[in-house]
Amino acid sequence: METLLNDFSPGLFFMQLVILIILLFLMKKFAWKPILNSLEERETGIEDALKAAENARKEMQNLQADNDRLIKEARAERDAMMKEAREIKDSIISEAKEDAKEVTSALIEKAQASIQQEKQSALAEIKKSVAELSIGIAETVIKKELSNKKDQLELVEGILKDVTLN
Amino acid sequence: MYNLIGAGLIVIGGGIGLGQIGGKAMESIARQPEAAGKIQTAMIIIGALLEGLAFGALILGK
Amino acid sequence: MKIAQKTIRFLTIAVIAVITSTTFASEADRKDHPQKDGGQVNTQAEVKAYIKHHLKDSHDFTFFSYSTDSGERKHFGFSLPVIIWSSEGLVAFMSSEFHHNDDGHVIVEKKGLKFAKIHSQIYEIDKGATVVSFDEAHHATNAHKTLDFSITKSVVGILFAGLLMFLGFSRLAKQYKTREVPKGFGRVLEPLVIYVRDEIARPNIGEKKYKKFMSFLLTVFFFIWILNLLGLTPLGFNVTGQIAVTVCLALFTMVIYLTNGTRDFWAHTLWMPGVPYILRPILAIIELAGFILIKPFSLLVRLFANITAGHFVVMSLIALMVTLKEAFGPVASTGISLALALFIMVIEILVAFLQAFIFTMLSSLFIGMAVEEHEHH
Repeated sequence: METLLNDFSPGLFFMQLVILIILLFLMKKFAWKPILNSLEERETGIEDALKAAENARKEMQNLQADNDRLIKEARAERDAMMKEAREIKDSIISEAKEDAKEVTSALIEKAQASIQQEKQSALAEIKKSVAELSIGIAETVIKKELSNKKDQLELVEGILKDVTLN
Repeated sequence: MYNLIGAGLIVIGGGIGLGQIGGKAMESIARQPEAAGKIQTAMIIIGALLEGLAFGALILGK
Repeated sequence: MKIAQKTIRFLTIAVIAVITSTTFASEADRKDHPQKDGGQVNTQAEVKAYIKHHLKDSHDFTFFSYSTDSGERKHFGFSLPVIIWSSEGLVAFMSSEFHHNDDGHVIVEKKGLKFAKIHSQIYEIDKGATVVSFDEAHHATNAHKTLDFSITKSVVGILFAGLLMFLGFSRLAKQYKTREVPKGFGRVLEPLVIYVRDEIARPNIGEKKYKKFMSFLLTVFFFIWILNLLGLTPLGFNVTGQIAVTVCLALFTMVIYLTNGTRDFWAHTLWMPGVPYILRPILAIIELAGFILIKPFSLLVRLFANITAGHFVVMSLIALMVTLKEAFGPVASTGISLALALFIMVIEILVAFLQAFIFTMLSSLFIGMAVEEHEHH
């Protein structure tokens, strides 16, 4: 401690104090202030630029989202339209089928009815001709046995009434 | 003569302290390598405080 | 470019001044105390004395000394002005008048007063005496110290470091006017400024208040760092190893944190809340002693002792070349000393930065303690 105090030079201390104060003042005025200010400016500039970029990115995202939404909506609309069209098509087809069925069934019925009728009349004709034929046959057969034509016809008619065709 | 003994004692004490600081800092860096920077700064500060103490004692004894 | 030209012109002028003054200085020899070997440093005691002499401030700037065959000691360097506040007022003369004598045998007479230089300090000899007389412990008995405002080697070092700082950083500051990113040497300086701001000031002082102290912290950081590094050059500065310089730096820090202390800081220092009333005055004394004595003292002693010890170790290791010559021969001793000195030198380069960092770091830590706003519970 003694040697330390002995080595302490008040003159050097004073010189150092004066020089340090002048140096502090000069450095503050000509170096540190401009340097720190421009550093700060640059940093805020960078920060702002980053923020702007972030905002732009977000906007882009929003736009993208909008686009996506629009595309989705359009697709949904198209799907709905397609579905409707399909339904309409289906209904038209099924109606047509129904109609066709009705028409055909009506035609079939008519045909069946006319067939029945034709059949009836044909049968009746066949009956008649069979009767006449059988009469003729019977006449020729029975001519020899029966002389009375009237009795013979009654007999044949009676038999035919009992024997219905079908 | 007594000065030298005192200086030796100071150096022993300071050495033990610095060893503790350095060793623990190494351990903690090994445990958490991602905090190495912070641990180093803290280590240097504590080391400097210890150094100031030891030097102060050396100079006062001189 | 203009600045560079100016710097070159300044340097040429300085070189011319050195050369002209060396012819003047080299006339100096020791007529009254001739040494047989011409002042060569050979023995351990001489090495010790030489190192001690180096660690002290010096009144002339000597680059190197050598001895001629006739035993005459020649010094290559230039003398510096001596300015003393004596009992007759301000006295000024060139240090060459002491003829490199450092033990009080050369006496300079000015204004009717006699001055002698003993161990790098200027003494005024009492009236009536013609020769300095010493007691057994080699203290002058009939002379007293003067207030010495000389431009010593340390002052030259301080001015040189200040000039370097000012040139470097004012150029960097000018660059920002024309461009966003600096070029050239500014690219090296800018990260250092950012490092001090972001790693030292901001975390320790706090985001709100650090700006006010940036000028001081940056100036002190670069001042100490440059001077530490200058001390490692062969120019032989030992500025940060001068106790007066470190005292000044530490006092600056102390004044700053004491004048900027918040009300909270003083309340916590002088009347600690949450502690029994009996203990509060004791705590106040401890805290005050801490802030006024211990913290500045540890700051100044740390820097001083580190640099002094560094210079001492490096010079002792270089001196191994001389002291081990008899035991190991010239080649081996030179090799040993070179290897060891190189190793310690590399460490010293690290220490040069570390001490500047630590000083700034602890200063900002103390300032941070003083300006901190406590949350009231």
